[in-house]
Order: sequence, then C-alpha cells, then structure tokens
Amino acid sequence: MHNRTKLVILGILSLGLIAIFLFSNLDEHWGYVLPRRAMKIFAIVLTGSAIAFSTVIFQTVTNNRILTPSIIGLDSLYLLIQTGLIFLFGSTHSLMNQYVNFFISVGLMIVFALLLYHFLFKREGENIYFLLLVGLIFGTFFNSLSEFMQVLIDPNEFQVVQDQMFASFNNVNTDLFYISLIGMAVTTLYFLKFAKFLDVLSLGKDQAINLGVDYDHIVRHIFIIVAILISIATVLVGPITFLGLLVANVAYEFLKTYRHRVLILGAILVSIIALVGGQLIVERVFTFSTTISVIINFAGGVYFIYLLLRESRA
Amino acid sequence: MIEVKELSKTYGDKPVVNNVSVNIQKGKITSFIGPNGAGKSTLLSAVSRLIKYDIGNIDIDHQSISQWKNRELSKKMAILKQANNITVRLTVRELVSFGRFPYSQGNLTSEDIDHINEAIAFMELENLENQYLDELSGGQKQRAHIAMVIAQDTDYILLDEPLNNLDMKHAVQIMKVLRRLVDELGKTVVIVIHDINFASFYSDYIVALKEGEIINQGPVDDIIEESSLKEIYDMDIPIKQLDRCKVCVYFG
Repeated sequence: MHNRTKLVILGILSLGLIAIFLFSNLDEHWGYVLPRRAMKIFAIVLTGSAIAFSTVIFQTVTNNRILTPSIIGLDSLYLLIQTGLIFLFGSTHSLMNQYVNFFISVGLMIVFALLLYHFLFKREGENIYFLLLVGLIFGTFFNSLSEFMQVLIDPNEFQVVQDQMFASFNNVNTDLFYISLIGMAVTTLYFLKFAKFLDVLSLGKDQAINLGVDYDHIVRHIFIIVAILISIATVLVGPITFLGLLVANVAYEFLKTYRHRVLILGAILVSIIALVGGQLIVERVFTFSTTISVIINFAGGVYFIYLLLRESRA
Repeated sequence: MIEVKELSKTYGDKPVVNNVSVNIQKGKITSFIGPNGAGKSTLLSAVSRLIKYDIGNIDIDHQSISQWKNRELSKKMAILKQANNITVRLTVRELVSFGRFPYSQGNLTSEDIDHINEAIAFMELENLENQYLDELSGGQKQRAHIAMVIAQDTDYILLDEPLNNLDMKHAVQIMKVLRRLVDELGKTVVIVIHDINFASFYSDYIVALKEGEIINQGPVDDIIEESSLKEIYDMDIPIKQLDRCKVCVYFG
C-alpha cells in the first residue's frame, strides 16, 4: 500500500471518529451541546498533535524509539509545580490565576528540559541510558516531593491538586486554549526552519555531521521545541505524554518510512484517532466513570511491554 | 591537503592522541596503521570533526577546520565510520541519496540523481538498489555506504576500518574501489587499517601510530620494512618480496 493511501485512510478514520463524537446522540439541545463538543474536539486535536509531533522529533534526535519526553520527568515536574503552588500559596491565591499558572508551569518545564539538555547532551560521549536514568531519578524525586506536600495540605486543597493529576478533556479551559493555540502555532513555524534536517538526523550523530548538519545547534533547538510543545500540552489537559510513545510507534510500524513529512503527519492522525476514540469510550461506554489517561496508559503500557519483549528478542 | 599540527586529545587523564603532526597529500591513499589503542580512529575522527580535539590545529586546504562552514566542509570531506548502526530502515538507493544532502538539502535535483546513479554504478549496486540494507550481506552493506560517500562527491574520503568483518574477496573488492577512486577520480583517501598487507599492497603512504604518537611515516616501502615494523608492533615480522610487492608474514 502506498504511503499516501495509508495517510488518507488515517485521515478518513480520524474525521469519521470526530463526526461520530460531534453528531451522535444529538437531541433538541444541540445548540448547547454542539459548541461544547466542538471545543473538546479542538483541544483533543491540538494536544494530540503536539504530543505526537514532539515525540516523533524527540525520538529522532535521541535515535531511540522507546524514549518519550515524559520519561525524562516532565510530567512529574508538572505535578510538582501544581502541588507546590497550592502548598505554598493555597488554591485561592492570585498565583493560582490560570494565566499566571500557565506561564509559570510552561516556563519552569522548559527551563528544566534545557538544564537537563545542557547537563547531559553537551558532555562528550553522551549516553542515552544515562539521560534516561537521570530523568527517571528526577521523575521519582519530583513525585516524592509532590506526595510529601500532598499529605501535608488541607484535604480540600488536595481535591484541587487531584483534579490536575489526571489528564482530562472534560473541562478544557477556553481561555488557555487560545494562548496554547498561539504558542503551538509559533513553535511550529519556528520548527519549519529545522524540518529538513530531521531525516538526516535519524541516521545518527556521525552521519549527520558528515552530511554538514550543525548538529549541536540543531539538536538544541529541537529540544527547546519539544519542551515547549510538551509543556503546553501538559498544562492544557494534564499529564498524558505516554500517549506519544504509543502513537509514534504505531505510526512507524504502519508507515514503514524514514521520511518525517509522512511520519509526523501519520503520528498526528494516529494520535487524534486514539484520543477521540478514547474519549468516546470514556463518555459513551464508561459514562465518565474513568478518565482518558487511564485508558491511554493501559493501552500504552501493554504496547510498551510488547516493544520491550520484541526488542529483547531481536 | 590536510595538515594536522601538534594535535592532542585526552579522554579523562589519558592522552589518546599526543602532539601529532602529519600532512596528508592530495591524490594518494594514506593508511593509518598501528596496534589497538594507538589513537588511529581518534585521529581520523578529529580530522573529520566528529570529535573535538583539545590542543593543536587541523587545516583543510589551508583553512582551519573551525573556520569551515559545516555545509561547505561536507562537500569537501566525507567520513565513513566503522560502526554504521543506522536505526531507520533504508533501501540502498535511499541511503546513497542521503549523500547528496549537502548539495540539495533534501530536495533532489536531476543533477543529484545523476550523481546517485553514477555512485550506484561505480559500486556495481544496480541490481540491489531497491533492497533494504538489513537484507544485505556485510560486504554489500559496506559497498552501499561507500556509494553514499561517492555520491557526496568530496575531494577527501576518510574511512575508519573499511575492511572490518569482510572476507578476503570483499576486502580486496573494497580496496580496489578505493584505488580506483584515487586513480580514476582523483580523490584523496585516508583509511585506518589493521591488515598491514592490505596497507602494503594498496596504499601510497603510511602513517604508523603507537600510544598516541606518530612513530614513523613515509612512503610504503620505507615503512613496510622489518626494523620499522618491529618498532611499531613489538614483534618480528619477516617480509617476503612477491613480484613488485612486499608481503608481511606475521603469523608465527
């Protein structure tokens, strides 16, 4: 099957799911229901695209297909920031204003990602396993700190933290949505400058340098782009970056190409299918008794184990 | 010409390349020989800017390597490392096409396609061009990588142990190709090589390293010589004259 055909199939599938989500079970209150559903779909498409896109380019730069930005501790840091803000200032303080919170969270996550980058990538003989290990340790450290603060705060305040702990599209914030949209659009435009280097980067560092790529410069910028996209997506719906691992690998398996133009588009479409499908299951099958991150983490976890088993056999 | 001047590189406290100066002449095959850990690969990697060196300077065509623009340098010099663990799945033709990236930045022109076809023909890969690399034997894979380097169309071609894991037939095939690159296309080839007989048969100039320093260098006949080899490898290697060439009998 030609790759264009495959992309068209993915496109039709995602449009179909979106249509089902928007138009099924519409009753006489459609004037109320439809705009809310549309908002949800926009948020899903936006975050799904950001996560798929950033995971693919992150995996290309690190030359590793089982690494996701969440493994280096960005998700845990987000939870720490949310818990920390409430612990220090309480849920009613002006810092809990959604815009301020948004910029603090996004800013800190980007700073953390850059520190990790400078600390690990600039060293000679850099080792991806070392990055993974340090990321995991940071993640655990952030989680422990969050937990420590969570047991100390008022139970009512804990409810507010708990709301942030699971990804959810059920109460997407309309105001933040527009800032996020602008942020992602600007980041994507910035990325276009580096897009042509991705295919070469997937050959590895030595080949990329041989072919005249200014490796350090470009990898640093791609790292910044990944950090921005992941941070915005996480702040908008909560920690859900495990999704990236799932959709990126499904896209690689399905499309079997090295061309990033195809891969990125494919991963975005798979991501939309997974999220809209997952949200349909959450709303119509489980009638909101579970959240989408539970479903995504379950499916992602199963797929991750499959990947590990297959890698160890090869 | 590539001029290496007083180059040093240290990993931790251990000097791997220590105050090395060497000139690599145009239009010749230069072989780096020496025991394991002599710093041959490190020197080659430093010359090809894959690793940074600590002290010294490298001039390529009278311009310091740090002043070359990345893209311009990649049209001048190509490097092929011994470990080519490409994680993505590529066909031979796709791999060779990557050699044109310095020129086309990903959008192949008809001129690029001519170069790709020539490179594939030069390496006699026409009937394999649509096969995936992971379906090829070691020798075929190595030919595909060399075809990519040829498509890159550079004056200087640097290869780190190009004969690694190849049988006699394929090793000879690769060395003949390198000889043709120099004799027919006027390229300059630098290789790191372990088998001194291949170095003796096919190269013009030999640079011998030991413990990070250049211990001897010169035209083939000056280096492939019993006292000089004894100094390099710490073993007695009898040399037999066979027609025009010298064969080192290092087995016993």
